[in-house]
Amino acid sequence: MANEVVKKEPMFTEGYVIMPYKYSVGTLASKFFIEIRDHKKINGVKCPKCNIVIVPPRSVCIKCFNKIEDLVELSGKGTLVTYTVAHYDSAVQAMKPPYAIGVIKLDGADTAITHFIGEVDFKELKAGMKLEAVFNETRNANILDIKYFKPVKNKG
Amino acid sequence: MTQRVAIVGIGQTNHSGRRPYHNDGEVIYDAISAALADAQLSIKDIDNVIIGDMELFEGHSLNDAMLLDYTGAEGRSGFKMNTGGTVGSMNVISGWYNVASEFSDTTLVIGWEKHDEGPTTSAITTIWDPAINRPFEVGAISGLAMISNAYMTRSGCPLEVGAIVRAQASDNAARNPKAHLRERYTVQDVMSARMVLYPLNLLMICPTSLGACALVLAGEKKARKINKKPVWIRDHATAHQVTRGMDFMAEAGKIDTSMTVTGRKIFQRNHITKPMEEIQVFEMYDPCAFCQPAWLEEFGLCEAGQGWRLIEKGVTAREGSFPVSPSGGTLCTNAIGDTATVRVAEAALQLRGDAGEHQVTREVKMALASGYGGMYWTDLLLLSNTLD
Repeated sequence: MANEVVKKEPMFTEGYVIMPYKYSVGTLASKFFIEIRDHKKINGVKCPKCNIVIVPPRSVCIKCFNKIEDLVELSGKGTLVTYTVAHYDSAVQAMKPPYAIGVIKLDGADTAITHFIGEVDFKELKAGMKLEAVFNETRNANILDIKYFKPVKNKG
Repeated sequence: MTQRVAIVGIGQTNHSGRRPYHNDGEVIYDAISAALADAQLSIKDIDNVIIGDMELFEGHSLNDAMLLDYTGAEGRSGFKMNTGGTVGSMNVISGWYNVASEFSDTTLVIGWEKHDEGPTTSAITTIWDPAINRPFEVGAISGLAMISNAYMTRSGCPLEVGAIVRAQASDNAARNPKAHLRERYTVQDVMSARMVLYPLNLLMICPTSLGACALVLAGEKKARKINKKPVWIRDHATAHQVTRGMDFMAEAGKIDTSMTVTGRKIFQRNHITKPMEEIQVFEMYDPCAFCQPAWLEEFGLCEAGQGWRLIEKGVTAREGSFPVSPSGGTLCTNAIGDTATVRVAEAALQLRGDAGEHQVTREVKMALASGYGGMYWTDLLLLSNTLD
């Protein structure tokens, strides 16, 4: 009987789920995004107990579970920790391939931030290279107000 | 009020890329039937049913309720596990809690997935923080690519080692009739595959598979009556780990990874000082080709920087002195919600000597199985075939 069934064409029910959402970024991250939008400044947060500096900001310290209330200003420059170059395309990606994503440790921070890396020859990407933030002209207080991070050019 | 817990029944479907004639419940039923047959039990002998669930992977949720008739849970206790990639091992661990506490004497645990039917990458993308990470991450693979690249940088591991891992996995999977991708590849074949997310090419990334795996767990007295070859769950550990780029604090030595935490706990609690001698096989949840070298180190099985060198020497091959994922592992078969249950099942088969053509050549008395995912979290289980 089962064998008779599988000789026929398989039948499916198809459909889509559309899932809009609105997500509160939280108290400290609201300040963080407003600073980026209004002053092109990237802030971190500092745990008053263990002094760890976290960026993007979180309101609770990952190390000591202490409440964090204050932002500290960072330079917007940092070091590439690791990266990947995307060579394939899918419906969920924000950019057309090929493009580079990196994990960047900002100077003065203990954690790292994930973002695009732009204005770079992919062959020159290397862990440890110095990067700086490039901001979009129009900013909407979200993470894409930072356009990407680009290599810091050595003077002279 | 505690008892020891054994795996007394193991059932697994064949894994494949498509199975259009069967719905998810029918696939699950096949695995349960095989596990009950292996234990020579019927569903009437089961007290409790635990099922793994990957939210939205098949485009539907509340699978424990929707599939209740197929899982045998009608009128029984139980619940669904929903911990992301570790679902498959966390349902085994939850089964352990249920039996060890004497809440139940027999628990059925089920891991399953039918990736051919749903938007897996879209569903996984919803795990990333919408405010901070979501625009940059591509399903699960971008994170794995960056972890791999970081490992290569810190250890000096060459790209070819990823190809050795994949070629070895392909030889193992070719011997395993339950595996999904069973084609044999040479190191050269793997090196010439299309680049997807540097340093991972198409063959260095796990596939999307479908299949199910079920285990029957029983308390000590019952286990000895049911099965001549019970496999004991000696210990297990779980660790969670922060993500969002903050996980790279591990690179700077500011936090331990979830592998380091679980490995340390298991080895200390069980007085294991030379894990690669005292334990004979490891079924690792290895979703990309650089997981084996990186995680051998992070689990504390070898010194930092030695993982890829051991792989080059053939230590982790099926006939090596410490075989890793002799089933072909996650690189050849990845029905995500069932993947970590399969790791436990395959480690148990090795301990029973029932792994068939992919049985390792070394005598196995203790084995490790791991689960990974749900945002860089780890489950690690220590299994043995005696209670000595």
